[in-house]
Amino acid sequence: MYHKYDAVVVGAGGAGLMAALQLVGKANVACITKLYPSRSHTGAAQGGICAALGNTEEDHWEWHMFDTVKGGDYLTDQDAAEVLARDAVERVIELEHMGLPFNRTPEGKIDQRRFGGHTRNYGEGPVRRSCFAADRTGHMILQTLYQQGIKENVTFYNEFHVMDLLINNGRCVGVTAMEIKTGELHTFHTKAVIFATGGYGRAWRVSSNAHACTGDGMAVAYRAGIPLMDMEMYQFHPTGLYRIGILLSEAARGEGGILRNGLGERFCERYAPTLKDLAPRDMVSRFIAQELREGRGAGPDKDFVYLHVDHLGKEVIDAKLPDITDFARTYLHVEPYTEGVPIQPTAHYAMGGIPTNIDGEVILDEKATVLPGCYAAGEVACVSVHGANRLGTNSLVDLVVFGKRAGLKAAEYVQHNDWETLPANHETRSKELLGFVDSGATDTKRTEIAADIRKDLQNKMQEWVSIVRNETTLTNMMNKLAELRERYGRLRLQDTATKFNTERLEALELGALLECAEATTKSALERKESRGAQYRDDYEKRDDVNFLAHTLAYRAENGGVKELRYKPVVITRFEPKERKY
Amino acid sequence: MATQVTLKILRYDPDKDKKAHFETYTVEADPLDRILDVLNTVKWYVDGSLTYRRSCAHGVCGSDAMRINGRNRLACKVLVRDVGGDTGKKIQIEPMLGFKIMRDLVVDMDPFFDKYKSIKPYLINHEDAPASSERYQSAEDREIFDETTKCILCGACSGSCPPYWAGPDFVGPAAIVNAHRFIFDSRDQGADERLAILGMGEGVFRCRTVYNCTDACPRDIPVTKAIEQIRRAMLYNR
Repeated sequence: MYHKYDAVVVGAGGAGLMAALQLVGKANVACITKLYPSRSHTGAAQGGICAALGNTEEDHWEWHMFDTVKGGDYLTDQDAAEVLARDAVERVIELEHMGLPFNRTPEGKIDQRRFGGHTRNYGEGPVRRSCFAADRTGHMILQTLYQQGIKENVTFYNEFHVMDLLINNGRCVGVTAMEIKTGELHTFHTKAVIFATGGYGRAWRVSSNAHACTGDGMAVAYRAGIPLMDMEMYQFHPTGLYRIGILLSEAARGEGGILRNGLGERFCERYAPTLKDLAPRDMVSRFIAQELREGRGAGPDKDFVYLHVDHLGKEVIDAKLPDITDFARTYLHVEPYTEGVPIQPTAHYAMGGIPTNIDGEVILDEKATVLPGCYAAGEVACVSVHGANRLGTNSLVDLVVFGKRAGLKAAEYVQHNDWETLPANHETRSKELLGFVDSGATDTKRTEIAADIRKDLQNKMQEWVSIVRNETTLTNMMNKLAELRERYGRLRLQDTATKFNTERLEALELGALLECAEATTKSALERKESRGAQYRDDYEKRDDVNFLAHTLAYRAENGGVKELRYKPVVITRFEPKERKY
Repeated sequence: MATQVTLKILRYDPDKDKKAHFETYTVEADPLDRILDVLNTVKWYVDGSLTYRRSCAHGVCGSDAMRINGRNRLACKVLVRDVGGDTGKKIQIEPMLGFKIMRDLVVDMDPFFDKYKSIKPYLINHEDAPASSERYQSAEDREIFDETTKCILCGACSGSCPPYWAGPDFVGPAAIVNAHRFIFDSRDQGADERLAILGMGEGVFRCRTVYNCTDACPRDIPVTKAIEQIRRAMLYNR
């Protein structure tokens, strides 16, 4: 089926909704989403959204900018960090005006609390910067933006899976998508496409991410010739529920929670004397990994540590951390009022993704050449505002700040540009992909089970491309990925129905995960240094001479990484320094 | 410790089946596995055609509301051992009542979202907001509507409500919960509009105070209490 819209937003989480709201009224816009908007993974964010409001103590956006740059281990583009920290203040106020029910101070202002890596006066000590709605801030942002979408009559195509990005004469002219309900392919002819499809955390076994987080948007862009930037920078959040990886917000530590190893020691203070448990995530995850490696874990296998909030009192827990303590009760049958919660680091967030400039325009190379009509925002994008390690809450800031900027830029673009025609055979690539998956139902040589391939991928990514990496593990993973790609070519399909064929959908999602994993591993292999989330025990030092640069991974026509290029980091105010907390 | 778990699942394929029928599957699972994990095991290794919605897998996205042993639950918030699945008890799984079945456990959510939209689920305030600061709200005023901000629109409450099953036009508890979230927000000025909608034939007075909704809510929202507060607001003019 053919549709024509001035602009199409792909994804209806925080960034997608924010972008769509900028376009509605100015352009004919549709928002397509694999789920229903209210099911998007933005809703799982917990702890807060940082903005230097200074509601409870002195704060300045410059401090927020500095923390973001330092937190990103100086891979952050500083022009982007400045935009993030400045705009955060206005965007949080805007969210409040839209109705977001923030917790309040005694005077009735938005309440703020501490969060990892957020400091006063350039690193002196923790600052209260995170604006929050209990421990369901992401839920409230998602609900509030969806509600505004309803108010403004945004057109949603729910349960549509994006298949391909259409480019003609050097301009982005649309997307194709499969309607899950019917299995039908749709073409959306547009002047502008905005990707807001989120991350790919399901590439790892222990993950905080939803089943739906399979890197669809990144894979679609990558296959269409757009590079993926800084994919080696993948964040492991220190506190995932033991074994299953469900997130326990940093807010627990922001409110005074502490980590203890199997011996009962508060180990973070040994590594980060100033910020202790509130050091940035890459560091705390490494502290935990080191404790486990050196035999100081808890439990029979010494493979977890404890998060303690029991000393905070029932009242604080119930008022400020109700959801995450409920997770501990539901899934581990542990009572956080009285005992430590077993935790381990969990795959959480892609700092990398589709490269954009500070207006959300997708760029194609190290010279920042724009692909006209193509935009990206949120986790799918890499502005780069998070550099080598994102600070807690900055994902939500990113969504609203750059979702808005991308939407505004796209609105301006569609008002000033004429239609470009669709390329010939614009559905061919999508139909080939669907045809490949579908033939798994009839071809008797197709015997591979998607779940087996996915499990193998997740286990090996967990073992070889997680908190600690080196030449050997990354090379092993490259070989494994070649094997998995070959096996994917022999994928079977049991379900032959056209309506709501989620087995077919999962096969497509697995293909996307493999693309993202390959770009991640190859980029990590070639970055021969340790920086932020990329920690290599064969190159333990940061190397600003050779690697103060963003990795751009380009895909080969028939799969695999064709080449890596490097794009310089934008440095404005803060010269790179050693990172200590 | 892995154990054998048996699921009895109501299956329906609109292109093949005249009516829905049960199928039984026995697979290996851990007592701490979620029902969703067990459904995944069936789908991934036994029958790829088994169809259900899922996303976050920890009770915050609301995709996998379904009937588990006769009660509406999120499949990702019920563990095998919570329902005795590890002691040999069969676990019965069906789509929610009160919705049209699209396929297997997937139901048509569009009418549900239309009802949600009908109560104007967004802040209505006719005054200009302050130029560069938030609207103030006391912590006490914020607390009044705290519970109803937790709704994830999973549909478990509406799908457990007898008047919702009986009357296709009844807005249902989920929509009322979301109306409550705004009616009792001190920053909102749309209470009259919403109370007018909810005071009509298909509004709050269709509720028979069965409390099924409160039992079903995976977010522990006191749904029946919220409905009662809206009725009182109508009767006593707030």
